[in-house]
Amino acid sequence: MSIKKEYNLIVIGGGPAGMAVAYSAFQAGVKDILLIERHHKLGGILNQCIHVGFGLHYFKKELTGTEYAARYRKLLSNTDIEIKLSTFVTNVSPQKEVTFINRSDGVCVARAQRLVLATGCRERTREMLTVPGFRPAGIFTAGLAQEMVNIYGLMPGKKIVVVGSGDIGLIMARRLTLEGSQVLAVLEIQPQLSGLIRNKVQCLDDFNIPLYLEHELLEILGKNRVEGIRYRDVKGQKEVYMKCDAVLFSVGLIPERDLLIDQEMTPSNEVRLAGNANYVHELVDHATKESEKIGQEIAQELLGAKNV
Amino acid sequence: MIIKSHDITHDIIIIGAGIVGAAIAYELAKYELEILVLEKEAEPSFGVSKSNSGIIHTGFQSPATSLKGKLAVRGNKLYSDLAQKLDLPLKQIGELVVAFEEELPKLEEMQKNGQELGVPDLQIVDRAWLDQHEPNLNQDIQYALLGPTAAVINPYEAVYALLENALANQAQLHCSEKVLSIQSQNSVWQVTTEKAVYKTRYVINAAGLFADEISQLAGILCPKIIPRKGEEFLLDRHIQNLTERVIFPVPKPDTKGVLIIPTVDGNYMLGPTATEIEDKTDLSTSQAGKEKVLKAISNLVKWLPETIVITSFAGLRPALKNGDFYIQEDQPGFVNLVGIQSPGLTAAPAIAEHVREIIEKKQPLKTRVHYQSERKAIPRFRDLPLNQKNTLIQQDPDFGEIICRCEEVTKAEIKMAIQRGACTLDGIKFHTRAQMGRCHGSFCTAKIMTILKDELGLKYQQITKRGKGTEIVY
Repeated sequence: MSIKKEYNLIVIGGGPAGMAVAYSAFQAGVKDILLIERHHKLGGILNQCIHVGFGLHYFKKELTGTEYAARYRKLLSNTDIEIKLSTFVTNVSPQKEVTFINRSDGVCVARAQRLVLATGCRERTREMLTVPGFRPAGIFTAGLAQEMVNIYGLMPGKKIVVVGSGDIGLIMARRLTLEGSQVLAVLEIQPQLSGLIRNKVQCLDDFNIPLYLEHELLEILGKNRVEGIRYRDVKGQKEVYMKCDAVLFSVGLIPERDLLIDQEMTPSNEVRLAGNANYVHELVDHATKESEKIGQEIAQELLGAKNV
Repeated sequence: MIIKSHDITHDIIIIGAGIVGAAIAYELAKYELEILVLEKEAEPSFGVSKSNSGIIHTGFQSPATSLKGKLAVRGNKLYSDLAQKLDLPLKQIGELVVAFEEELPKLEEMQKNGQELGVPDLQIVDRAWLDQHEPNLNQDIQYALLGPTAAVINPYEAVYALLENALANQAQLHCSEKVLSIQSQNSVWQVTTEKAVYKTRYVINAAGLFADEISQLAGILCPKIIPRKGEEFLLDRHIQNLTERVIFPVPKPDTKGVLIIPTVDGNYMLGPTATEIEDKTDLSTSQAGKEKVLKAISNLVKWLPETIVITSFAGLRPALKNGDFYIQEDQPGFVNLVGIQSPGLTAAPAIAEHVREIIEKKQPLKTRVHYQSERKAIPRFRDLPLNQKNTLIQQDPDFGEIICRCEEVTKAEIKMAIQRGACTLDGIKFHTRAQMGRCHGSFCTAKIMTILKDELGLKYQQITKRGKGTEIVY
């Protein structure tokens, strides 16, 4: 176990927001920056986004998520930001001490002048909605299904219902259709779409996948594998049974701030949130720009203080 | 020692690897006996025992005249020693039956019943005591019966602890092996499964919900099991200070009511409901169940957080009409354990002693020569101090790789669970807590599948949630 030197800035999370904070702070002159990423590669959830729709604002070119991540990784490769991959932060303290572990270093503790959590968000799940019914195999969050298909080449089902009209759900409706599954419907309890209009057009309409607004999932059926669902038209109260073998949930994202919550800490000038850990952004380009601003602000605070 | 003829394969066959079967295997493995535990599910504890409230009751809720009352009180006493020997997490937090003004006579009746059973340290406490010790209880609650010897555990961890010790003492366990027929010839029992035929001196029927059906296979009449469903709701770990102890309302004839359970893992569980059903495989939860539980709990406390439930599940109690346990040697060499519902988890170690006595009456048992009395649990990385974490990573770098981030479960723990018999996603969950946190496996499912694939030499498509028919991907 080692107590490392102090850093000026530690950024937790090497997705688009974390990379942007570290990069912009470095560009503005901050030395001794540590960027910690739990995956073996920087890029965060972009690495499983093989569809286009990224980068128009920031890189002025329509890119896939993986391309966007690769471009930003390249920017970082020309810096001397210290990057720790496959490294997991287990604790942050109000004194801005960060405890992290990995296979080769064991347990390490480092202290920072400024700390940024760019830890992204997690998906709401079936369990959180306490959807009644059984607990069979074949229930996925849309993001997990995306990882299964795009990273592992595995199919979550043949006849699929998507519950919730979040962007990942819409993207996955198209993706699974292209891979040969039948996506029977997207159910949304609200009267309006939750994701981007362009995703409805490109992912549902172009593939004749019906979107049922104001439709509520009532129950999941099937003791071993999903066999079907019951849902209801919120207005007409008509109940429908639909046979399917998988259900994908795309019912919202929750900013990931457990490292702070565990310590009853709140964000401050010294401990900031960036990207989706702060609030869920519609476009990665926005998260990048906003996070670069955070990096610049931190640089101003740190370097300004030194100059005085 | 039981004398063997040449075609007998086992002294004891236990049907069912739930808490009762596991406790019996543990108890009998102390002796020189050939023991085989048969389980139809993919892993132990996948039946009634996995969805259980996890309370080690004091025993005062059962009638003083009942078998279950006596066994529960004895079982409670045995658990603290078991927890030490078998490295089983157990927290003795105590239980309170809380009463409104007019319910005081009922509490006094329960206290008297408990004293007859020999439950230690029972005490009726008043509002002033509650204000000091349980400030969040509803202001209208005036009295409570305090049972300080109640504790909480994870039921599946108890099953693992007992079985792992039994296996270390030469017992065998076969999972995914359903019993198809049972016959007796010349005081030898022939048990035919999907995979093999065994001949044994004793059959111990600990088949939980299906114990009545197993008994029928052997041509033995026994009381019919009426499944009684209970739905439970788990709260996020961030929610603290609801109550310190397990809280019960004054019980109804068929159920102990809806409880507040501070689990051994540190989060709260609310439930269970109690609904008689027909189908022994119906583990569905319902909106009505959730509403019923939250309404009942809001009656017990001043404060209940708003968005609180992180997950829910249902379990089935193998209940009998008369409410008691049915334990007897119905034919020579065939011991029935039917209707072992609440407080079955509590009573299990005492039930095991009871079964051992039944066998011992006919035949003295010889103590096992190289008996191992202890068992170590898989280290729980998350809860260790930093220097110990560091030592573990140096010894095995797999401890430096976090797979489940919500519960901070490492690759090393998951591999150890697999070495101990976990072969499904649910098995990994119950052994290690991976997938049990607030993201419910959204982040770690694919990683765990990869470890299962590599360790067991499977294809992704063969990996299941909880056994055949529950494959995850195509």
